[in-house]
Amino acid sequence: MQRRHVMNQINVIQLPLFSLLSFLLSCSQKTTPVERGISSQTLLIANQTEPQDLDPHIVTGVPEFHIMEALFEGLVIAEPKELQPVPGVARSWDLAADGLTWTFHLRNDAVWSNGDRVTAGDFRFSYQRILSPNLGSEYAYMHFCIEGAEAYNKGTITDFSKVGVDALDDTTLVMRLCRPTPYFLSLLAHHSFFPVHPATILKFGKIDTRGTVWTRPENFTGNGPFRLAAWEINRIIAVKKSETYWDRSSVRLREIDFFPIDNQQTEERSFRTGGVHVTANLAPGKIEWYRANRPEALRTDPYLGTYFYVVNVTKPPLDDPAVRRALSLAVDRAAIVRHILKGGQPPATCYTPPGTGGYHADSAVRFDTTEAKRLLAKAGYGPGGRSFPAVELLYNTSETHHTVAQAVQQMWKRHLGIEVTLVNQEWKVYLASKQRGRFGIARMGWIGDYNDPMTFLDMWVKDGGNNNSGWSHTRYDSLIAVAAATSDREARFAAFREAEALLLDEMPIVPVYFYTNVYLLHPAVKGWDPNLLNIHNYKYVYLEK
Amino acid sequence: MIPFLLRRVCIEMPLSLLVIFTVTFFLIRLAPGGPFSSEKSVSAQVRAELERHYGLDKPLQVQYVNYLASVVRGDLGPSFKYPGSTVADLIAGAFPVSLELGCYALLFALLFGITAGMLAASKNGTWCDYLIMSIGMGGICIPSFVLGPLLVLVFGLILGWLPVAGWSGPLDRVLPSLTLGMVYVAYIARLMRGGMLEILVQDFIKTARAKGLSERMVLVRHAMRGSLLPVVSFLGPAAAGLVTGSFVVETIFSIPGLGRFFVTAAFNRDYTMIMGTVIFYAVIIITFNMVVDVLLAYLDPRLRNG
Repeated sequence: MQRRHVMNQINVIQLPLFSLLSFLLSCSQKTTPVERGISSQTLLIANQTEPQDLDPHIVTGVPEFHIMEALFEGLVIAEPKELQPVPGVARSWDLAADGLTWTFHLRNDAVWSNGDRVTAGDFRFSYQRILSPNLGSEYAYMHFCIEGAEAYNKGTITDFSKVGVDALDDTTLVMRLCRPTPYFLSLLAHHSFFPVHPATILKFGKIDTRGTVWTRPENFTGNGPFRLAAWEINRIIAVKKSETYWDRSSVRLREIDFFPIDNQQTEERSFRTGGVHVTANLAPGKIEWYRANRPEALRTDPYLGTYFYVVNVTKPPLDDPAVRRALSLAVDRAAIVRHILKGGQPPATCYTPPGTGGYHADSAVRFDTTEAKRLLAKAGYGPGGRSFPAVELLYNTSETHHTVAQAVQQMWKRHLGIEVTLVNQEWKVYLASKQRGRFGIARMGWIGDYNDPMTFLDMWVKDGGNNNSGWSHTRYDSLIAVAAATSDREARFAAFREAEALLLDEMPIVPVYFYTNVYLLHPAVKGWDPNLLNIHNYKYVYLEK
Repeated sequence: MIPFLLRRVCIEMPLSLLVIFTVTFFLIRLAPGGPFSSEKSVSAQVRAELERHYGLDKPLQVQYVNYLASVVRGDLGPSFKYPGSTVADLIAGAFPVSLELGCYALLFALLFGITAGMLAASKNGTWCDYLIMSIGMGGICIPSFVLGPLLVLVFGLILGWLPVAGWSGPLDRVLPSLTLGMVYVAYIARLMRGGMLEILVQDFIKTARAKGLSERMVLVRHAMRGSLLPVVSFLGPAAAGLVTGSFVVETIFSIPGLGRFFVTAAFNRDYTMIMGTVIFYAVIIITFNMVVDVLLAYLDPRLRNG
């Protein structure tokens, strides 16, 4: 009786356990999604977050841009290695002798995913749309080098025929610029210059209606190498090879699946178990393991961005340039990238990443504690001088920002004997604090929108929208104006060089390091070339064992 | 009973929702930052246009009245973060996922919690009892952000039996359900054990044993029903907690549920999405609580007038 009693109880617990175990044992999968993807030419991408939308004139984030690349094509595309503009919808182009008038000759065989031809009129409609004030496009400013574009966007003029965009016929588009813009062709590869299908837009609203349902898979019309096949929110965006794309014979991938995985640990685990071919990031804590065990999967590509601290020059003692220089000189950047970041990030020697559009600034940022102490003493602080007032170092919530800030805090304490309080704020609170100038020193990162030094240097002009430092300098502003007014490469770079030297002498910013893009890539993914803007045109990408 | 129900549905529920709506509406506006702030500053003119588009240019009290009227009409408005989607669309897409996950987790919790509780009670005071209750205590103490990655490590990375992320096939459901349900397994096991220990000393159990019934029959047929009462009373809040999703579990396993929206909406200052999810959750929780209250009122007539 007792034995039977025990057996019965064991059965009660065993049954569910046994069922679960059998279920799990039967689960061993023969092939992973990655392996199946290689056979079927389906690329699986971990793409950070759910995209805001699939409207190229509305979206602003990097994950969205990765999807835009598949669904749309501009007049030019960025060649994957050096990002040089090569023909897209435009088969050729001419620049007039005035250096301001561009004529684009569109190919005849460029068509939308519904079979309609892509015309010069479609581009004109698209540029009118993004510049329409009512659309509220955050990237409209990218078009401001076009004559009349800024005035139209600000509502000063309401007649779009006064904007320098004309469709002479179906295959000829003329654009007149208001200033020489040597990087204009590179701009055209940006998603804000992608065309949208006018009939589709107008079917679901007016030209400037924001947030209509035209981007839903059943309504969507694009002109890129892939067409939108499925969009399940927070789950997947699937695009399939377009049968109407003019260069479809070059497209080897048959499908791309974008998964919005916003957790770095989850995407790494997904990669490790064969769930995705590409991750968006890799946490610093995992880099060493991959470097030692799976170096073929680890990618540390250069990236067009600078990590720096912005200094509020309106607040004492940071209003003294000598103090700001001392702070910069006391930061051991090599130690930060070697011990904390570990992703091959170059320590900053200047502000603009070296090689941006072929430009190299003079090295003006270094680690020199003796000089740092001397400058601080000169400013009246340190031994024998005044005590250093309380200063706060602000950053947004992130393990990496926190660790870097701690390291910098320790360096300033050890080398200069000053105490800095770390202030960690949630992203939107941090943005509000920064924009209202409620900080002493704040972390910032700047990723270039296009491959030209202007995208870095024009932000520090007086009243620049992103210049939260309170710093300005008339000479700096005039140098940026000189660079903006000339198309002569050497003259531009000379102006940039002088402006950057001035910026780094005044030090409203303390550059820390240049970004790299650290992520995981399956070795079967081919044609995924490293480049500064992390642009990967999928028509060059394929999968091969 | 009917006046009691009418009072709950027609007066107390709308009043509770109005209070939650009002507090949430003004609380989120106090948080620094707005839906359109970003690292790259938006020009004043673009910001003004966006604010006009979403009605944020009006005085706060006007916005409150307008949005309240809109919600009463059943329109939760457009999402600020996802311009092509309405809040209702996003909730409608995400809630079934959270509901499914919650149901699996609840099923798992009931199956294992009741079984473990019964076994522990029947082996009261032995090593088996202590072992089960210790594991149960572990289940309560280990948070899901630890348990989830641990399960992934064992069943996903080492054994390779189960997927580590996603929500496509049936296998994707296993680890998230276990992670979400584990803490409830522990609670239910403890409640079940306590309930059963009380029942097992009752006379009718002794009678059943004296009649020569097998121990299994005694436990399952006679003791279990009475022991389930504390578990059933726990199911109301547990079910509400489970079906409304879990940000942590959904993030660990990259599940497209409502829990992620609930939290990210707050980070994004997506005002309408915050309001929509809060109202939705409030309705669910109030409803579940009301069902429990109705049941209690049915069982205890004194509560109907109280």
